[in-house]
Amino acid sequence: MSILDVVSTGLLVLGGGFFLAGTVGLLRFPDVYTRLHALTKADNLGLGLIVAGLAVQAESWAAAGKLALIWLLVLVASAFACHLVARAALRRGIRPWT
Amino acid sequence: MSLLYLVLALVLIFTLAAGLWRILRGPTPADRMLAAQLFGTTAVAVLLLLAEASGHPAVRDVALVFALLAAVTMVAFVRRSWSGEEEASHVDP
Repeated sequence: MSILDVVSTGLLVLGGGFFLAGTVGLLRFPDVYTRLHALTKADNLGLGLIVAGLAVQAESWAAAGKLALIWLLVLVASAFACHLVARAALRRGIRPWT
Repeated sequence: MSLLYLVLALVLIFTLAAGLWRILRGPTPADRMLAAQLFGTTAVAVLLLLAEASGHPAVRDVALVFALLAAVTMVAFVRRSWSGEEEASHVDP
């Protein structure tokens, strides 16, 4: 097992952990806003770590670039989605959990 | 490495199955939509792992399309089906 494999394995497992945490947060957190927090964390960091873990093993720069592009898309999408949902929930009078 | 990819993909699919509970429970439509959003991201991760494990790089393009669609879905949900009646009267804080 080369050093690259070790780095990649670490990043992938960490990313999987973030997805696990995101799902647990989605199931356990009390209201929409806190669930958004858990969700975007899994989206951004979990997928980011998995993409990083795959990118160090990628066969070419083009493949790594495509992985980065996918992550960037999800990053932008989840940022927009989080903002839109939080604003819509606030306008509908859903009180933030305290 | 291929075994790790497959195991990790399986773990992600299990978290996806656990997330179905949130779709069942609700309580608001937004909560269900959030679960769907998480499914989209998890599906992207699973597809990327499978692309690497199976040696078919074309699967990455499927993940790319999923990532694109996730953005469109969420915006469409908020703008079309979850805009409340107080939308017009409310001023931005």
